[in-house]
Amino acid sequence: MKNSIATWMHKRPKFRLAALLAAPTLWLVVAYLGALGALLVTAFFTIDSFTGNVIAKFNLGNFHDMLTDPAYRNVVLRTLGIAISVTLICAIFAIPMAFFMAKIAKPKSQKVLVALVLTPLWASYLVKIYAWRTMLEPNTGVLDWILGPIGIHSPGFGGPAIIIGLSYLWLPYMILPIYAGLERLPNSLLDASGDLGAKNFYTFRRVILPLIFPSLVAGSMFTFSLTLGDYITAQIIGGKLQMLGNVVYQNFSINLPFAATIATIPVAIMAIYLWLVRRTGALASL
Amino acid sequence: MRKKRLFSQIAAASAVALILAGCSSSNNKATTTTLPKVDALKTLGAGEGQVNIVAWAGYVENGSNDPKVNWVSDFEKETGCKVNVKIGSTSDDMVALMKTGEYDVVSASGDASLRLIYGGDVAPVNTSLVPNYADIFSDLKDQPWNSVNGVAYGIPHGRGANLLAYRTDIVKPAPTSWGAVFDANSPYKGKITAYDSPIYIADAALYLMKTKPELGIKYPYALDQKQFDAAIALLKVQKPLIGEYWSDYLKHVASLKSGGTVLGTTWQVNINLAQSEGVKVEGIKPVEGSTGWSDTWMISSKAKHPNCGYMWMDHIVSPKANAAVAEWFGEAPSNAKACALTSDKNFCTTYHAADAAYWKDVYYWNTATQACLDGRTDVKCVPYSEWVKAWSSLRNA
Repeated sequence: MKNSIATWMHKRPKFRLAALLAAPTLWLVVAYLGALGALLVTAFFTIDSFTGNVIAKFNLGNFHDMLTDPAYRNVVLRTLGIAISVTLICAIFAIPMAFFMAKIAKPKSQKVLVALVLTPLWASYLVKIYAWRTMLEPNTGVLDWILGPIGIHSPGFGGPAIIIGLSYLWLPYMILPIYAGLERLPNSLLDASGDLGAKNFYTFRRVILPLIFPSLVAGSMFTFSLTLGDYITAQIIGGKLQMLGNVVYQNFSINLPFAATIATIPVAIMAIYLWLVRRTGALASL
Repeated sequence: MRKKRLFSQIAAASAVALILAGCSSSNNKATTTTLPKVDALKTLGAGEGQVNIVAWAGYVENGSNDPKVNWVSDFEKETGCKVNVKIGSTSDDMVALMKTGEYDVVSASGDASLRLIYGGDVAPVNTSLVPNYADIFSDLKDQPWNSVNGVAYGIPHGRGANLLAYRTDIVKPAPTSWGAVFDANSPYKGKITAYDSPIYIADAALYLMKTKPELGIKYPYALDQKQFDAAIALLKVQKPLIGEYWSDYLKHVASLKSGGTVLGTTWQVNINLAQSEGVKVEGIKPVEGSTGWSDTWMISSKAKHPNCGYMWMDHIVSPKANAAVAEWFGEAPSNAKACALTSDKNFCTTYHAADAAYWKDVYYWNTATQACLDGRTDVKCVPYSEWVKAWSSLRNA
């Protein structure tokens, strides 16, 4: 019985391919693209101004409201600023850590270090952010308690707090691609660079950085896109600051079409970002 | 080369779309004014085994907050209806939850009830199936927010006022006016809070009503464009003073406890919870009066467990349960017989349950409509959907 199915499939390579790709294609087209499409279509609908029921008539009113109100421009710029800051901070912390893990640590410790970097991902997002709330609480928080005697105060809740919290959360996602990239970097290149007379920073700038650039890009895609859509951190440690995700969250229950309109912004930003990344050629060498 | 062309085509298409969008005009002028035809339950049958409730925090307590605070377990034992409760943090939240059709009963405030009625999300209530309805205070029955054309759409739960909370050990001297949260030179800048909902615009309008009579505001939920803009301007003055806007009552209480918030709008239940944790905080109704709410238990038009729903509504306004929830939350009960059953014998007096004069300067949450609620016909008032947009703009700017 099994033999004849195997023979049948062996004679039909196209069917084998279709069977292999059926499940992922279904997921991609129906679940992912279909859901995205349904959301984007809703952006063109409107709601009854009294009862809030969705009216499925095509109109551009939501886009008009979004483009003419300066508040939404501010939210977009603020969110972009936070996303860029988080990406830069994660990169600055991740590169030295990944370099130590890939090049300096003993092979036995490498595995332990990778496990340690991954461990925070096991803890719930909310637990970590509430922990940061306790740390950043003005006057009574942990940071004030530790740093108060030397005169430094916690930044309190707001933009800096959001950047700190998100950098903390996404750091493992930045470390791992860079670690993978650095592992592939042959040590002989670093030796050769030293032999040719390059100082450490020169080697880093002209040899290591260009070679790990694709990994940096891969890591930045995580940190950038995850930050663009985040709303929970802003709610818990953001004080009264709002990010794009908060606007969507507040509107999706009372004005779904408008929330869908706002949601097209991160989609557009990520499309532009990916196009820019593709132009640098980084995606080709991933 | 092909890929370059494709990209430039996409870019051109997006540019055209954006120009079209920018040149189009805003809409949302569609408004429902016809009442949907929904039938009330005719007879009460056997319980269905469970009931799904959307309620304000503190309304449906089953002992998990405080083992002595429980009016759900006895209901579940008596009727066999297991209670599943979802806490709504704002009226907008509750309206959205009821639209899903997954819930049977909701405790709606006046700024949600009319939207639910006209949206077809709730059914009229057959008050003959609710025996305890007869004992409800008459000035809560058949009000503009819980009935339409003489048909009752819900069972009154109780009423309360939004209060001004302040940390007695930090804010000195004790505040007496809402001016304390609108004062641009406040010494408590960055530690003030406000309720995170578009309905808070009414609080700004109330303050203007009492301090700037030249604006001519007569009712905080009937604002023409000029009055509305003045209220938004006041909220913009307030924004730099705000540390956090609150809608989650537990985060708000934690904030009062840690001193991150020392002054701002609150509910009595938050004051009670904070005081039980040892926080030195008080809540007052300032001299200008306050916004407030008169909540109504309503039954969903798509309720899957209508019998249990009606049994719950009858239970929660029964004298014992109504007294318990009123004392826990800190609001005036709706059942006249509840006053004899409160553990604090002066409870009804303190909360002015039967004192009509106290409620004269409490403006219950209501739904702003284009037809001015104060009766003016010479101007159009700003409808609630515009309140939502303006609030979103204010919060995001």
